[in-house]
Amino acid sequence: MNATTVNLVYLAAAILFILGIKGLGKPKTAVRGNLMSAVGMLLAVVITLLDNSIVNFEYIIAGAVLGTLIGGVMAIKVQMTAMPQMVAMLNGFGGGASLAIALAEYYAKVGEASALTETLGASPFGTGAIGVIAVLSISLTILIGAVTLTGSFVAFAKLQEWMKKDYGLPGGPIGNGALLLIGLGAIIALCLTPTNATLIIVIVIAALLLGLFLVMPIGGADMPVVIALLNSYSGIAAALAGFILGNTVLIVAGSLVGTSGLILTKIMCVAMNRSLANVLFGKMAAGGESISADEVYGGKVKSAQPEEAAMMLETAKRVVIVPGFGMAMAQAQHAVRELMDVLEARGCEVEFAIHPVAGRMPGHMNVLLAEAEVPYEKLVEMDRINPTFEETDVAIVIGANDVTNPMAREDKGSPIYGMPILHVDKAKNVLVIKRSLSPGFAGLPNPLFAMDHTYMVYGDGKKAVIDMTAALDMAD
Amino acid sequence: MDMNTIVMLLALFVLSLFLGVELITKVPPTLHTPLMSGTNAISGITLVGALLAAGSDAHSMVVNILGFLAVTLATLNVVGGYLVTNRMLAMFKRK
Repeated sequence: MNATTVNLVYLAAAILFILGIKGLGKPKTAVRGNLMSAVGMLLAVVITLLDNSIVNFEYIIAGAVLGTLIGGVMAIKVQMTAMPQMVAMLNGFGGGASLAIALAEYYAKVGEASALTETLGASPFGTGAIGVIAVLSISLTILIGAVTLTGSFVAFAKLQEWMKKDYGLPGGPIGNGALLLIGLGAIIALCLTPTNATLIIVIVIAALLLGLFLVMPIGGADMPVVIALLNSYSGIAAALAGFILGNTVLIVAGSLVGTSGLILTKIMCVAMNRSLANVLFGKMAAGGESISADEVYGGKVKSAQPEEAAMMLETAKRVVIVPGFGMAMAQAQHAVRELMDVLEARGCEVEFAIHPVAGRMPGHMNVLLAEAEVPYEKLVEMDRINPTFEETDVAIVIGANDVTNPMAREDKGSPIYGMPILHVDKAKNVLVIKRSLSPGFAGLPNPLFAMDHTYMVYGDGKKAVIDMTAALDMAD
Repeated sequence: MDMNTIVMLLALFVLSLFLGVELITKVPPTLHTPLMSGTNAISGITLVGALLAAGSDAHSMVVNILGFLAVTLATLNVVGGYLVTNRMLAMFKRK
């Protein structure tokens, strides 16, 4: 197969990836888009397999079989609530693949050098600027690939709740900065002495540790940002690997993935009113004049049994359901759908208010509710649903906390002041389904819970919703 | 690779970044999770590089084993990514 044909097929594959992502612009065209992108992948792989330089097929077949088995089982078995973990793993594997490719390329070049050009003393990576660029692409791919690999596994461990505490290096950002400097120093040294394989090992180890320590101090509720960022890294690593191999389709596909992750990262940061640096290195501000929970809640919190809550819903004309991570934890999405069905059968209008950072990854709530067969038209973004709370008879908050906290709007001294929230408190009545009054990730009391028109329905999210639905179904 | 090729690749990279911004900002928030898993699958394009490394006649076990690892991980991304994205998108399409 000559190089021109191969490159033309790579171009076709790149076009299919672009059309594939374009298809994701609408739910109706999304399945077709994903298929087009998969066809592009198939084309690129098949044409590569016809390349003359591929002589060994044992390793390829073994890897492809193993990867297909594990990937297939994961994709079929994973529960929708565990999708953040799945994406975290896939990010890590992507980074790992780029890391392995860069290392293989390095050892292949150095191996050729010792066999052929050792006597000439020339660098196997080329002379002058070309040589430096080649070494830089390899070492930067290694750096970013390795950070993505270990960072993603820490993110996975946190999402899976295997790692509940937030550990960090002594000195926090300074320790990470030192690791980064070691890695960059080794990269510069490698540019000067490209055949010194010890330096490659130093870069790999520094980057693997950096990935660990960058993510370990970050709390669970900040994971949407971390996953989006690692998603971006895995794309950038792939694009850099494209520079190593001079491969166009890797560069196009990698940069599309890189921008996708970055844009999602930015959306998540804006939705939390925090800078990326603050999420990565900072803690939530401790709050100037911190308000104690007693001051906010003292004697003002009212609770309701599921049956009483159902009575409030009986006469409602419009209900807005506000889901959060607690709904995923309680696996309550199907119960919530049934509540929606019963309400709609009574002629009530039901919509869902989706905050961008609800859940543990971008779009997490949408996927859960789609699984429970809630039509996507009913999932309304924050900016569009906020003006409608005033005409809403009952807002039902299930497993969400900080994103409904009115202090973000009203209390200038509050650490979350300025964060965009759902204006749940403007609804005529509010039901909050929650186990207790415990604070959310920001560690703040939520004045919404103490408002005159708010009733707490204590208990497990799923059970409370099922009881409410049953009581409502029995009414008149 | 000569300098001209490198500059062409750089141009391709930069233009793709701009294209990426245009494409991704049009994806609605409701599809952000499938977008992430779908782009994960696309980043499995590293499989192309992995195949070249694993199949090369490198006279070096290390290169082939690294290639094998890369093929495994990239295939996992491709197969896992596309399948799980398809599973999610099918749920959105149902209505």
